[in-house]
Amino acid sequence: MSAPAPGAAAALAAPSGIRFDGVTVSYGGTVVLDRLDLTVEPGEVMALLGPSGSGKTTALRAVAGFVRPAAGRVFLGGRDVTQLPPHHRGIGMVVQQYALFPHLKVKDNVAFGLKAHRTPKAEIPGRVTEVLELVGMAAYADRHPRELSGGQQQRVAIARALAIRPGVLLLDEPLSALDARLRSGMLAELARLHRELPDVSILYVTHDQVEALTLADRIAVMDRSRLQDCGTPEELYRRPRTEFTASFVGNANLLPVTVAGAGAVELGDRPLAVPTDTAAPGATATLCVRPHLVGLGDGPNALTGSVTEVQWRGSTHRVHADVDGHHVMADLRELREPPAIGDPVTLHFATEDAVLLPAGAGAAASDPAGGSP
Amino acid sequence: MTATATTTATTTGPTATFPAPTRSRSVPAWVWALPPVAVLALAFLYPLALVVQQSVTPDDGGTLSLDPYADVFASEVFRDALTTTVWLAVGSTVGCLVLGFVLALVIAFVPFPGGKAVARFVDVFLSFPSFLITLALLFIYGSVGMANGLWTDVTGAADGPFHFLTTPWGVLLAEITYFTPFVMRPLLAAFSQLDTGQLEVASSLGAGPLRVIRQVILPEALPALAAGGSLVLVMCLNEFGIVLFTGAKDVTTLPMLVYSKAILESDYPAACVVAVVNIAISVGLYSLYRVVSRRAGA
Repeated sequence: MSAPAPGAAAALAAPSGIRFDGVTVSYGGTVVLDRLDLTVEPGEVMALLGPSGSGKTTALRAVAGFVRPAAGRVFLGGRDVTQLPPHHRGIGMVVQQYALFPHLKVKDNVAFGLKAHRTPKAEIPGRVTEVLELVGMAAYADRHPRELSGGQQQRVAIARALAIRPGVLLLDEPLSALDARLRSGMLAELARLHRELPDVSILYVTHDQVEALTLADRIAVMDRSRLQDCGTPEELYRRPRTEFTASFVGNANLLPVTVAGAGAVELGDRPLAVPTDTAAPGATATLCVRPHLVGLGDGPNALTGSVTEVQWRGSTHRVHADVDGHHVMADLRELREPPAIGDPVTLHFATEDAVLLPAGAGAAASDPAGGSP
Repeated sequence: MTATATTTATTTGPTATFPAPTRSRSVPAWVWALPPVAVLALAFLYPLALVVQQSVTPDDGGTLSLDPYADVFASEVFRDALTTTVWLAVGSTVGCLVLGFVLALVIAFVPFPGGKAVARFVDVFLSFPSFLITLALLFIYGSVGMANGLWTDVTGAADGPFHFLTTPWGVLLAEITYFTPFVMRPLLAAFSQLDTGQLEVASSLGAGPLRVIRQVILPEALPALAAGGSLVLVMCLNEFGIVLFTGAKDVTTLPMLVYSKAILESDYPAACVVAVVNIAISVGLYSLYRVVSRRAGA
């Protein structure tokens, strides 16, 4: 993309910020979004992260006005827009399949919203050029969407959404139709775009934790129609508050333990030293340790077991082990001589790398084979 | 050619030897084409040729001549029939396009209970004979139909106000009623292919429903509209049953003129001239329909 057009960011004057106030959406008695309370500050990038059917797209569609909440209110820039039709909300929206108008050239696609907003005719060509330059597509203004690659189409879709200078930009899985290489490049472009448009609030729906971790100022983790957790990417990754967050934001070893005392838990009969905070002795809890923080060999909090699977991942090996009937994963820097399945193995982790979670809080089906990353 | 290919293959490797395909003593392909061509020629092309031949043969026999054409083209009855046929066909087509577009829009984009059943009924409707629709309209708007009956019951008048069914307007109504689903079918297919994301994005960009219809849906629907419209135009030009069943005595279309010339007046050369004109118009429009359909993928 090229350098931003002068004044592009400053020109954004539409009200920014989103607030969900107890928003519930149901279809025929089935609740698909349950009492969502969430605030996206002006200029903030909020990722709605969750698996399919978690309610994240429904939340976005409630902001856009395509679903009517059964209860609760939606606010844009402090204004209650719950009853407002979509075309009066003044938001920009980018969807998974771009949804460019195939019969219109790139410049006409971008001008669509400006015409709908009755922007003076003399002003439109300048505004179109401005946003096309912002996304590096000015040279393609006279092409039709079918003449563009997926990545180029997505840039045009973003330019079209930004042309009306919205205070709120909704991105619904905008990169999921791109291949891995293009996706990586577009992530960087989106991050740069946000730096150049710091006043725009962005609600970014994704099921891809890498996109959420890379782009978002905060992540709202959703599951089973509910908000499970919300925090900065670092908070959620390093100090998850629920088992679901631990397993969905990055991979995690989740081990059932019993609190033995201050700073001590037991995994079966095996004593481990971890921060217990306020957990009472005798309480059951879930121990969370990230696979890349598990080391091979003896050390503090040693776990002995046998290797059940070894996966080579280029720069690392993921070793799966059975420890007293519990599944433990370790991401180890590429091993010269990786262990074989069935070999005895000792793993360990540092006390400060472990997080104790309330047992069963926000539990989700885990992926024992380990997904990425 | 086969031998060369085999030799080449043999030299490229030990496993590359394949036996040359042996052609059995099969019947040449053109022989298989003969029966359908013969049936087509006998059942369709030959009678058609007879019609064309009759159209250039004067009633008193004699040599081939274009006199029958000159006579028919000069007659006011033919010109009236041609005008009536064209305006009825064009009017019906326009009516079908407008009504079909609106109904297809509602079925495709306005969720309502039974919407899918209505869409399926459109398919079933296509199989109905045209006279059935006319008959139904007669029950409603005929001289002694429900509408007039209701009027006389309510007002006590001796006669009801609905007598348009035997006028060109009645034919127009019947044709629009019958042929509208022929426009709706390709439109519904086109709408089912339309990315609803486009509609939502257009709304989010500030476009109201009418602008979305005009600037997003309509351009996408144009090929289907053109295909459906061409089909309806051709069918209306040739419609016979509807005109006959409405009992509109003053409405003479080209097919009705063929009927009256051939059956009632036994003027076969004139009937054939009118038929040839009708065929020429239909084939021209059908060619247009095929071109449009191919472009629309309908």
